Amino acid sequence: MVWQAETRQAPLTPPEEPALDDKLRRQIRAMFKQYPTKRAVLLPALHRIQQQHRCLSPQALAEVAELLELSPAEVMDTASFYDMYSTTPRGRHVIGVCESLSCELCGGGELLTALRDKLGVEPGQTTADGKFTLITMQCLGACDFAPAVLIDETLYKCVTTEQLDEILGALD
Amino acid sequence: MEFEPVLTRNLGVPNIGDLKVYQSRGGYEALRQALASPRNELKQTVKDSGLRGRGGAGFFAGVKWDFLPADHPGPFYLVVNFDESEPGTFKDRYLCDIDPHQILEGVIVTAYINRIDTAYIFIRGEFHHQAEVLQRTIKQAYKEGLLGKNILSSDYSLECVLHRGAGAYICGEETGMLEALEGKRGWPRLKPPYPAVAGAFGQPTVINNVETLCCVPPIIQRGADWFKSMGTKKSTGPKLYGISGHVNRPGVVELPLGVPCRELIEKHAGGVRDSKRCKGVIPGGVSMGVLTRDELDCPLDFEGPPRYGCMGLGTAGVIVMDEDTCMVTALRNIVRFFAHESCGQCTGCREGSGWMLQILNRLLGGQGRGRDLELLLDLADAQGMAPGKTICGLSDGTAWAARTFINKYRSEFEAKVSTRDRVAV
Ligand SMILES: Cc1cc2nc3c(=O)[nH]c(=O)nc-3n(C[C@H](O)[C@H](O)[C@H](O)COP(=O)(O)O)c2cc1C
Ligand code: SF4
Ligand code: FES
Repeated sequence: MVWQAETRQAPLTPPEEPALDDKLRRQIRAMFKQYPTKRAVLLPALHRIQQQHRCLSPQALAEVAELLELSPAEVMDTASFYDMYSTTPRGRHVIGVCESLSCELCGGGELLTALRDKLGVEPGQTTADGKFTLITMQCLGACDFAPAVLIDETLYKCVTTEQLDEILGALD
Repeated sequence: MEFEPVLTRNLGVPNIGDLKVYQSRGGYEALRQALASPRNELKQTVKDSGLRGRGGAGFFAGVKWDFLPADHPGPFYLVVNFDESEPGTFKDRYLCDIDPHQILEGVIVTAYINRIDTAYIFIRGEFHHQAEVLQRTIKQAYKEGLLGKNILSSDYSLECVLHRGAGAYICGEETGMLEALEGKRGWPRLKPPYPAVAGAFGQPTVINNVETLCCVPPIIQRGADWFKSMGTKKSTGPKLYGISGHVNRPGVVELPLGVPCRELIEKHAGGVRDSKRCKGVIPGGVSMGVLTRDELDCPLDFEGPPRYGCMGLGTAGVIVMDEDTCMVTALRNIVRFFAHESCGQCTGCREGSGWMLQILNRLLGGQGRGRDLELLLDLADAQGMAPGKTICGLSDGTAWAARTFINKYRSEFEAKVSTRDRVAV
């Protein structure tokens, strides 16, 4: 008997409006001239989308594929490879604790435990109020400031557990 | 002779990130000089200087440039390796923090020598601040005619684009980096062809580390002999050493290549923290293996660490561990890193690092089995590029770390094998 295929996915309901707004599209197109291929714009384009939307939705990926003349699968293939891209929404602030050697030697582990307790989530999870996502990260290139924590785009140096309340409190 | 800093010459100069200030300190003079000199002469000077790559492998820069096909009509690309993700390494970030224009001058001079049309600076995605700084630096340079068409009114033109990575250590491997640049997953390519022949977008491409490029302008200005007067015979010039872990003063210091490990720690990093004794030192990023307390006379140049069973100097990112450090835990940390960062193409690396992590977790959980240490060493031997078992050098890092940690601290690992099993063997 022939293997029978089932439709496993509900058809995508066409969106009311595009995920990528005109400005974003213009910004992405403006990068074309910097590279010999359109595909080379993919990483910078995904960075911009993620920054604006805080995640890469299937619809956004499909639209960027169209812009770069790629198949959605090719875009997904690339996007899924990199740690900085997320296809599920993250919290308003992403707290990344470095778990590599120099930081571990200087108390990174205790810091992570303290953050777990304070936020009540495990690495990879988001707090119920959607404010914080806790993640572990590999060496941040800041081992001279171990233990290092990257919150959104800001590096926090030589962080102690005592400082955590103050740091978290300052984030809106 | 007192060592005169080269790469850190502008350390602490206020507003050095400003083009005018950099120029007032002699900045872009090397570029002027280069643009007025024949390319062959410049390349010969770099070759004579013995400059070796600072990104980890220590390959001679001038020799690598010679691999570019002379009869190729163009384009040629330069891809600057600012991925800096090897645990324990932060020297390139430091260079950008203390003197960003220096990086750009190195890029432009190198690009000129190699007839490059476009330079892509590939910076790791987590360096948000440094990307902003470099973007500003590039903009300033365009405005002042140091980039773009007819640089400083010469007939040489160069475009420069900052390209951000997205969080993957493997993109530091040069061909993984090219894939990422091309918008693909960072899967290292099989070599040959080497990037010098078919690199970015299929065209001849030079790939160099940030620190390597920063050495080029001073060499052009002051000559090969001056450069060779620093360091050792086979490891010439100055080097940035990053020191972290259990030391009093972590940070970056610039010294001639060949400084003994002990001197670096004692004299330049304030010694081990809390007056403790040192237990082990990683000489150059976690890929390189470990030196024991008895091996600290090891000179930190390209030849030194291999004489003590390590893979090499690597990035010269030195990690110091004090007497209280559990070496099994330290190795677990390293193996976890490689298991996380394996790109998944080669079985030995993808599966091997995962199994090694499981075994180390078992050892640390008190469930170690009698054969575990041999199993770890077998798995280490089943990966790596040196015997040709994998596509890239990432898994050599896993292998060398495991081998040196287990062989040099054997009793500590044996003590983790559960007593029941120890009796049984
Ligand atoms: C897994 C892996 C990661 C690497 N990461 C880096 C890196 O972050 N920065 C770097 O300059 N070189 C890195 N390298 C070395 C590069 O592949 C390449 O040798 C280097 O960029 C060449 O420049 P150089 O000759 O100036 O050192 C890495 C190599 C491997 C195998
Ligand atoms: S050795 Fe590891 S990281 Fe390198 S190509 Fe193979 S699987 Fe990927
Ligand atoms: S080990 Fe944490 S920043 Fe390098």
